[in-house]
Order: sequence, then C-alpha cells, then structure tokens
Amino acid sequence: MSWEIVIGLETHAQLSTASKMFSGASTAFGAPPNTQAGAVDIALPGVLPVANKGAVERAIRFGLAVGATINRRSVFARKNYFYPDLPKGYQISQFELPIVQGGEISIVTKEGEKKIRLTRAHLEEDAGKSLHEDFQGMSGIDLNRAGVPLLEIVSEPDMRSAEEAVAYAKTLHSLVRWIGICDGNMQEGSFRCDANVSVRRPGGPLGTRTETKNVNSFRFLERAIEFEIRRQIEILEGGGKIVQETRLYDPDRDETRSMRTKEDAQDYRYFPDPDLLPLEVTEEWIERVRKELPELPQARRKYYEEQLMLFPQDAVALTSSLEVSQYFDAALSKLREIPGIPYGSQKPDVANAKHVANWVINDISSYLNRNNISITQCPISPLQLAQLLARIFDKTLSSKTAKEVFDAMWIPFAQKDWPNPARGQRQQLSDIPPNLLTSTLSPNTVDEIIAKRGLKQLSDAGAIEKIVDDVLARNAKQVEDYRAGKDKAFNSLVGQVMKATQGKANPAQVNEILKRKLAR
Amino acid sequence: MLNASLKDLSSSLAQKKISSLELTKLFLGRIAALNGKLNAFITVDEEKSLAQARVADGRIAKRASQPLTGIPVAHKDIFVARDWPTTCGSKILSNFIGPYDAHVIDRFNDAGAVSLGKTNMDEFAMGSSSESSFYGPVKNPWSTDCVPGGSSGGSAAAVAARMAPAATGTDTGGSIRQPAALSGVCGLKPTYGLVSRYGMIAFASSLDQGGPMAKSAEDLALLLNVMAGFDPRDSTSIERDAEDYARDLNKPLLGLRVGVPNEHFGKGLAPDVGKAVEAALAQLEKLGAKRIPVALPNSGLSVPAYYAIAPAEASSNLSRFDGARYGYRAKDYRDLADMYCRTRAEGFGAEVRRRILIGTYVLSHGYYDAYYLKAQKIRRLIANDFTEAFKRCDVVIGPTSPTVAFRIGAKTSDPVQMYLNDIYTIPANLAGLPAASIPCGFGAGGLPVGLHLVGNYFSEAKILNVAHQYQRETDWHAREPAGLKQ
Repeated sequence: MSWEIVIGLETHAQLSTASKMFSGASTAFGAPPNTQAGAVDIALPGVLPVANKGAVERAIRFGLAVGATINRRSVFARKNYFYPDLPKGYQISQFELPIVQGGEISIVTKEGEKKIRLTRAHLEEDAGKSLHEDFQGMSGIDLNRAGVPLLEIVSEPDMRSAEEAVAYAKTLHSLVRWIGICDGNMQEGSFRCDANVSVRRPGGPLGTRTETKNVNSFRFLERAIEFEIRRQIEILEGGGKIVQETRLYDPDRDETRSMRTKEDAQDYRYFPDPDLLPLEVTEEWIERVRKELPELPQARRKYYEEQLMLFPQDAVALTSSLEVSQYFDAALSKLREIPGIPYGSQKPDVANAKHVANWVINDISSYLNRNNISITQCPISPLQLAQLLARIFDKTLSSKTAKEVFDAMWIPFAQKDWPNPARGQRQQLSDIPPNLLTSTLSPNTVDEIIAKRGLKQLSDAGAIEKIVDDVLARNAKQVEDYRAGKDKAFNSLVGQVMKATQGKANPAQVNEILKRKLAR
Repeated sequence: MLNASLKDLSSSLAQKKISSLELTKLFLGRIAALNGKLNAFITVDEEKSLAQARVADGRIAKRASQPLTGIPVAHKDIFVARDWPTTCGSKILSNFIGPYDAHVIDRFNDAGAVSLGKTNMDEFAMGSSSESSFYGPVKNPWSTDCVPGGSSGGSAAAVAARMAPAATGTDTGGSIRQPAALSGVCGLKPTYGLVSRYGMIAFASSLDQGGPMAKSAEDLALLLNVMAGFDPRDSTSIERDAEDYARDLNKPLLGLRVGVPNEHFGKGLAPDVGKAVEAALAQLEKLGAKRIPVALPNSGLSVPAYYAIAPAEASSNLSRFDGARYGYRAKDYRDLADMYCRTRAEGFGAEVRRRILIGTYVLSHGYYDAYYLKAQKIRRLIANDFTEAFKRCDVVIGPTSPTVAFRIGAKTSDPVQMYLNDIYTIPANLAGLPAASIPCGFGAGGLPVGLHLVGNYFSEAKILNVAHQYQRETDWHAREPAGLKQ
C-alpha cells in the first residue's frame, strides 16, 4: 500500500527595512556583537516598542502579491518565554489576527503547475543569538538580530512531495526578492524554512506531523523532508507511532533529530501587547501599495510561456529573480535592435527568445554560479550577449568561436546598459573573486573581440571552395578512399580544410562544399 | 515658602525674592530632617539637585524661564532618570542607574524644574500602602503609625510633609489618588495616553498613567501642563493639540452636573469618609452645582477584573528582570533556569511574586478565556457605564478610598482587603478616564479624607476647575500635618 505525503512550510522572511521592527536600531548584518542593539532591543526598564511602518508596508505588499486578504485591523501579541537571547522575556508577534490572511503561490514542477494555498503571513520580531562555542563555561549573547523584522509566511499542508516543497520555497524566495521585501540571503538567515511533514494512507485522515527546523538551503530542505518521510514511513510500517515533535536537521549527518516533543511544549501565554495598539491599515494605504507593485513573477512567467512560447521550466528559471528576468528582457530587446537579425515566422520574438533564454539559463547562469556572483554583477551586459547572438546568427561566429568570445568578455564591471534596481542587494565588492577584479581586459564589444582575435568565421563560399580544391588536390589518397566508401576519409578531409582556415571556416559550409565536390 | 503654591514660588523666583538654589536647599534640608522619620525618598542627591538649581537660576537671570523653572519636584522612583538610581522600590533594580531620561523627566528638565530626588513606592507600584518597598515602608505624615497609601506613597508623603512642593506619581489602579487621599494632598491621573509612558517602568501597560501630585488643583494644572504631550516613542500616546490645563480654573460652577454613583456609597464605605464626602457634595451644591444620581452598575466587578488584567500584563512586563543584562542577579546558580529562578525569587518581594503568579495563571492555556478575556469584556462594560453616566453629568464624584489611612501592617497579611482599598479608583483606570483626588476633610484619628472626581475623556481642565472652585471655598488642602516641625 502506498503512502501520501503531506507537507506544509513555515517560512521566516527577514524584511528589508533599514531599522528594526519596533526600534530605530540598524538591521545591517555582520556588525560586531551588540553594537546594533539599542535601549528597546536590550529591553531596558521603561522602554516601549513602536511598530516600523516600512515593515508593515512590506507585509501589505506581500499580501497583495499573493492575492491575500489584508486585514484592516491586526493585533500584535506577546509570546512569553524566558531565554537570554530574548531580552524582554517575550517576542512580539501576531497571533489571533495576522496582517495577511489567505492567498496562494503557484508552483511549477515536472508534473505541471499547482497552486499552494497560504494560511497567513504575520509580522514579528526576531530574537538575538546565543553563542555557545566561543566562551568557556559561559554563553555569549549577541542582540544585534534581536528585533529584526520578520514576515512569517505559513502555507496550508498542500504539498505532496519534497520536490513540491522545494518548488514552493524557491517560488516564494523569488517572489519576496522580486517585490523587494526581503533580500533572500539564506546564508545570513534572511530566509528560513521550517517543514511540517506527515504521511497518511491516500484518502485517510491526516497523520501526526513533525516540524523540522533549521533548514537554511533548498538542498537541505529537500534532504530534510526526504529523510523525515523515510523515517515516518519506516516507523509506521514497523507498527510504530509518530510522535508530534520539533526536529532539527543536521546537514553534516543528513538526518533530523528530535529537539522537543509536544509534551515539553511551552505555554507561551499569548495575549495582545498592551504597548501597541491594534494595527489599522487604511484602504488608501493598501491601494497605494497596490499601485506601486511591480509586475509579478507569475505574470511574467505566463508572458514568457504564452507569448514567447518558452518551455515552462525555462520560464520559471527566467523569473527566478527580477534581475534575471530584466537581464533576459534587455538582451532580447537589444538583439531585436541589431540590423539583419533573422526573426521567427509569426511572432518575431519567439525564435530569438529561445536562443537568448538558452544562453541566459545555461551559459550565463553556470558562469555566475561558478564565480558565485549575482546577475547584477554579470560582466557580460545584455547588449554584449545580444551582439554575440547576432554574430552567431549571421554565421560570423561558430559555436566554438562564440564560446571564445564569451570567455573573453567574462570580465567584471563591464558597462551595463540595463536597469540595475539592486533591490535588497547585499553582495559586496569583496564577495567577487579576486581573479575577476584583477582582470585587465577591457569591456570590448563583441565585434572588437572578433576582430582583435581574428575569430571571424570564414563563410565566403568562393574562398572556402578554393581551399577545398587545394585540400582535395593535395590528398588524392583520401579522396580515393572516400569514393571507395570509407566515410572516415571524409572527416579527415574536413579536418584538413578547417586546419587550413585556422578553424574559422563555417563547418556546415565546408561539409556542403566538400560533399558537392566529392560527388562529382 | 514650604507652604507656597507653585504660582507663588514661580513669582518669588522671577522677582528674585529667592533663588532656585535657596529654594532647593530649603527643601533638601526639610528632606534631611524628615526622611528618617517618613522614609519618603529612596534617593536624594544634593549635588545633582543643586547643579540643576544653578542652571535654573541662570535661566531665570536671562529671563528665559518657564512657569516651573527653578521649582524643585520629587519624582517617583518608577521614572527612569539619567544618572539617577532608578529602583522601582525593588531589590531587583537596587543597582540600576538610569541610562536615559523618561519622557516625563525630559519634560520637567526642559521646563527648568529641579529634581529633588526619587521617592519611595510599593515595589513595581504593586500595592496600596507603600509597604512593599524593598526600601522599607513609607510613613504617613499625619500619623507615622499609618500608611500613606500607595503605590505613590513616597510622593504623597513628600508633598504632605512639605519635603517637596510637588511630585510625580503613577496610577494603575489608584496609585496617585489613593495615597493623595490618605496623605491629604491632591493628585491627578490623566486620561490614558495623555502623559507618555516612555521611561516609566511598566506595571500594567494598558492601565499605567503618570500624573502630578501637589497641594492644590491649581498646582496640578501647572504640573500637567509640563507632563502632558504627545511622544512618538509611546504608541499609546495620544497626538492632540497642547492645552492649558489651568485655563478653566476660575469658571464658576453654576449649572455643573455632579453625578453621584450610588454604588460608591454603599457597604464598605467608612461612615467618617462618607460624611466628609457628603459635606463636600453639599459645598459644591452651594457653589451652584446640581447633584444627579448616576448608575455605575458594573462598578462592583472592577476589582476582580483589575486583578486579572493588571497581573496578566505585569507577569509579562516584569519578565525582562531576569538578571541577564542589568539589575540584581543571584550569586549562586547551577544553570540558566536556576539563575532565573533564584534571581527572581530573591530579587522580587512577596507581593510582586504573587502578582506574577496570578498573571501567569490567568494567561495560561485553558484559563485565558475564563479570566483574561472575560476581564477585558468587563472592562468594556465599565467604560460603557461611564459613557452612559457622562450623558447625564459633567463629573462623577464620590470617595477616593473607603477608609482613611490604616495602620502599618494592618492589611499586609490579607491581600484582598488591601486590594479593596482601590475599589473606587480602579474603574477610572479600566475605562482610561481622567480622575483626581483632593482633600475634603478629616475622619477618624484626624486622618485626611479624599474626594474623588472622575471626568470624561480629556476633561482634565474641567476636573481641575471643579477642584479649584471647591478649594477656593475650603481650606482642607492647605492644612498641614502637625508634629512634623523640624
């Protein structure tokens, strides 16, 4: 008998405000411990919280982007528990009345498109950090993170596989960055997922779930969920019972471990925070935020699929971030401006779009990944990519020489002629590998590089014919072999021609001319 | 000078009849002489006070003074003040030095007032007798065997004993008005949100409100002019235009509708207190006021509702005192949980611990609806009672406290009896309404009786008008406790 897997995710997205949720202290990452903790953050006697309007606005933006209800009135509540990294002894969160209710996220997997419903999204503050390792017999407390604004996004248990869960997390990740409410930096903890996992017999009642915490990459999310599914099925098939508990994923051992069971769950004694009045959001505010909302990734994805006829998975890849999408759009539009570009038949963009998409998704992406930089730092501008494609289309470049030009252009800080909104961009100059920084190559145009390196493909039929004639004359033996039915001899002849043209001859043309001449 | 009104002190300072330095020294001397007997102050720092007085004299000399410039004011030790110990009457903050100024302290500093010191109080303002202080009980200047009321008992005693011309207090369930009544001074709890709570150590955030304590309604008005005002650091602070709370002091009371709630004159009210209050009502009628019976039918629910809401908020508000970052920390502990337990068990007194336990209980899973939520509903009913009453009257008047001051130790073993002391004052906190207490005579043992005046939201000027007109015709507020001569 098979098992059905049921997954819901709780995601903490750190909102990209300059100051904290309830205080004026800075939220910048990486400052020396406790230098970004003010009177409110360390909970001095007498201090009071004041809600950050920017954080509220970001929550509204999110709610509108997922088609949720924005509650006109929501309530901040206190979640009470003692821990040294929680200075007030309570966390301010939203409990009964969150600011965002409902909504949905549309994901794409190999099975196609699926809608994942959202339960809610609420505002809260982060806790500080306890450092247990660096102090012998003591714990250090860093309150820089205490009070940093978070949006906790809770999904319905609508996912049925680890793959769906990862697709959901990635789509959510791209959305929060796209609408500029979160920088999505997972290493710095700006985007963290907890996975609620249970299994059941198809059609049966929901099984007991576990919550797995501490998952800070998509890969770990997938591994953690898969481990948890295997663990639960094993227990159930062995006749055991699942214990409702919180588990921690250990990436080093690739397993989840029990952190605490429901029995030792704390009573948080939630109650409305009397220091903060209910949060009232006016219709005008919501409408203003709605007007300022950019075109959403899902709409863009639909455009790529339906107008540019790109494959759904390619459309997903191109909408993984606003910057990638903008880069693609810019390259496509630059390509169209180059004279003599062969268009597709009906919709002019379709043929070009396919090529541009391939280059962005494959070549550009793998280069960016290898160098660990984002597309906003891509040394090849959309214009350069367009020029490169144009020279491939007009057969100036072969795929081999195109790669060489591409490599030559791979230098940082080439002039960019496309918008760089740099929303939430945290990556610093120092993050770029030094070999890119020290490169002395200048951001030449594609044509300059072709000229300088003599890479122009030989497509002049007359010239190629002359060389072919020459090669045939000098290789009577191979010609004979070929005519005797030895196909290998043909390849050898092609190689000779290519060698004679220093690889610049258009191989297709060489083939065609050789065949024609040999046929005689 | 010890008995002078703030207005008179201000003009004496302006006319150079006395300097702020001399005035401050006068009151510091009075504190030095009497504090051993009354224990009204936790902290006095002559150097700091005199330095402020010198600055004030400079302002006066440059004719850059405001009404309170150069006037010494005592502050309840619940207000955080920069470089001053701020203990809140608790061992757990016994080593805490204020790193910033509360909004109220800021306002007094800006006005050029001189801080005379930090006054004693019930620990974390939890109490009605000022006996729960880590620094020992405050004595009532009218009879040192008796309590001065609480929790702002130190401020009340300081004003009553003329150790300070004026003082600040805070009122969560009657903590300004009840000690004012028991100590024979005037006190005003403003509309919730009028005075910023920033820097006022929280007891029950939805009820806490700072306010002035002084010898007369007129003095209260001048003090409130300084204390009130919007503060963006307090989300419950109300943004509204500044008012002069003294503007209506001299309005005649002809036609004033005085609502008298039956519920505040029934069982539990001591006859001597009832008599004094009746006489005051008669006096107001003589001034042209009309007496109108009003009903506050849910008034009897106010004490139980209060003792669910206030401890609930307190249990959470006091969580920050954990020994981790500041304040007292237990010396020996095994681990983190043990550090918390010992620190808080040793750092908090019995009444504070009791209220943390009550509050934790009422917020607990399974009890929240029955206690906290129900109490919130009662709170709404009580506020509605007043809304109805104010359709028919301008002020609601009754006794501030059911009895005159009781003996020290008389109620410490029976918390419920202690809690019932605030039965008439708590409704105003639950509703967020402004209310004052002014002296209106003497009861058993020659101890003062307080008259309680509750007004509609933002009607502080009206309350002070009524009180001032009453005080023009009577001299209860001007009486001074005997036997305190230096």
